[in-house]
Amino acid sequence: MTSAVSFQKVSRHFGSVRAVDAVDLDIAPGEFFAMLGPSGSGKTTCLRLIAGFEQPTSGSISIFGERAEGVPPYRRNVNTVFQDYALFPHLNVLDNVAYGLMVKGVGKAERHKAAEEALSLVRLPGYGARRPGQLSGGQRQRVALARALVNQPKVLLLDEPLGALDLKLRENMQEELKSLQKALGITFVFVTHDQGEALSMADRVAVFNDGRIMQIGTPEDIYQRPRTRFVADFVGSSNVLPPDFVQRYSGQHRWGSLRPESIRVSRAASGEGVAARLISTNYLGATTRLALDADGLKLHAVVPAGTALPAEGEAVVLTFNREHLHLMDEPA
Amino acid sequence: MRSDRGQSAPLGLKIAAACGLLFLHLPILLIFVYAFTTEEKSFVWPPPGLTTQWFAVTWNRPDVWEALSLSVRVATISTAIALVLGTLCAAAVSRTKFFGRETISLLVILPIALPGIITGIALRSAFSLADIPFSFWTIVLGHATFCVVVVYNNAVARFRRTSGSMIEASMDLGADGFQTFRHVVLPNIATALLAGGMLAFALSFDEVIVTTFTAGQQQTVPIWMLEELIRPRQRPVTNVVAMVVVLVTLLPILFAYYLTRDGDQIAGSGK
Repeated sequence: MTSAVSFQKVSRHFGSVRAVDAVDLDIAPGEFFAMLGPSGSGKTTCLRLIAGFEQPTSGSISIFGERAEGVPPYRRNVNTVFQDYALFPHLNVLDNVAYGLMVKGVGKAERHKAAEEALSLVRLPGYGARRPGQLSGGQRQRVALARALVNQPKVLLLDEPLGALDLKLRENMQEELKSLQKALGITFVFVTHDQGEALSMADRVAVFNDGRIMQIGTPEDIYQRPRTRFVADFVGSSNVLPPDFVQRYSGQHRWGSLRPESIRVSRAASGEGVAARLISTNYLGATTRLALDADGLKLHAVVPAGTALPAEGEAVVLTFNREHLHLMDEPA
Repeated sequence: MRSDRGQSAPLGLKIAAACGLLFLHLPILLIFVYAFTTEEKSFVWPPPGLTTQWFAVTWNRPDVWEALSLSVRVATISTAIALVLGTLCAAAVSRTKFFGRETISLLVILPIALPGIITGIALRSAFSLADIPFSFWTIVLGHATFCVVVVYNNAVARFRRTSGSMIEASMDLGADGFQTFRHVVLPNIATALLAGGMLAFALSFDEVIVTTFTAGQQQTVPIWMLEELIRPRQRPVTNVVAMVVVLVTLLPILFAYYLTRDGDQIAGSGK
């Protein structure tokens, strides 16, 4: 099967900065693919390479089997939802959405009809006559989405599209984007630094760091079975355990990870386990996050709210199920 | 200040402000009054009589028409050159990063900061060094140096306010470079260009100093007026022309001001 987007050893260097460094990537048609990473990790540059705003320094990119190097953005069947939405302030909403059809020479009546349909798709019917300046952030986001979808792209690129929205709106949009993607069957490539967003929306996630992909996998893979210390730490802030510690519990001298929610904390009197000291507690609403010190090793545990907790500074014992201790590929 | 809104200023301050404004604008009013005087050799106050004959006299003077036509042509062509170069330069400086960008920005603005007399002397010696005879085009070149600045300043301010991803969005949606310029860039900078262009026109129209150094025997309107003052003959004709100059330069500046007052200030209007 032809990949929707395929990177072969793609690099993009800016002077001495390796923004993207020998990245291999295959995105399947119809997939909801997330690129996750801290800022400066190369995920946005990868998106811009797909859109055609950047050209690779080396390597090759193909979009649905066609070589993409040297093809300008306006000749790619790929559309982008920009982080700042980039709506045209001098055009009303309908003409913004119809812009892609207008430059292709589609007649006024036809393109306005298509734009109306796209607006209904993002649940903004009848907003055509307004100016972008009269819309709220969430509405602008939907207009940007409609404008990108009206061209019926094969791949839709989304650059942190939910970053500027408040929490409630963001959660709604996450669900909506996902059902929209299911309904349209278009390949979505989504860039985000929010691991929760990536895990909840994507079919597969690529975790970026320093211009390289650390791991590609399903959200469950990434979360439960991180392959490197970076992935374990960045996705869900897992506890990264040094080889010496891991050897005591698994017999293998390798780096390990343990999810904060897998750790049970009890008072020192209750017997076997890892001896530790409770440093601080951090109330998060549904859960409480505990910072612990096990003989110099800093650990975090997350317990449901309402759990009876030892006092800060008190000695505690940590226990966990051995099968929750995940061994990472990274050499010791 | 906003917090003072609704409070009336003290009477003394009001009188002082009124005196200041009168001091600034009464002399201009006098110029207008002298356009109607019956005394043609010298300006006497009060005017011995009032007449509109000088308008007819001015209309029939070929030298007035020559100067006026030269000024309009110079201002139009300088403005056109400034619009193209100023916009291109503003786009380069605000859209891309390159070595020496700040320096270029400074060098472009420099002609308006330099005294006109220095620009004038510099251009004159450069022209004679290169053996370029003084002509219509040397005047245009001289004027273009400061007209570019006005357009550049207005365009740069506008480019800074427009989001760079808008151009990318346009390309992303299938528009090539030309379509993007026509449908996205131009509509967004149009009012800034119109304002800059009109200011440039007004600046060129009443420019004296640079013109005296770059013109040959030709006379633009301000130069013609200077000559008239030295050689008195039908003096009120000068005042009639002065009225025309005020109108021709004031209206574009006012218009430019109203075009850009939501947001940008009119950059470089102090020349």
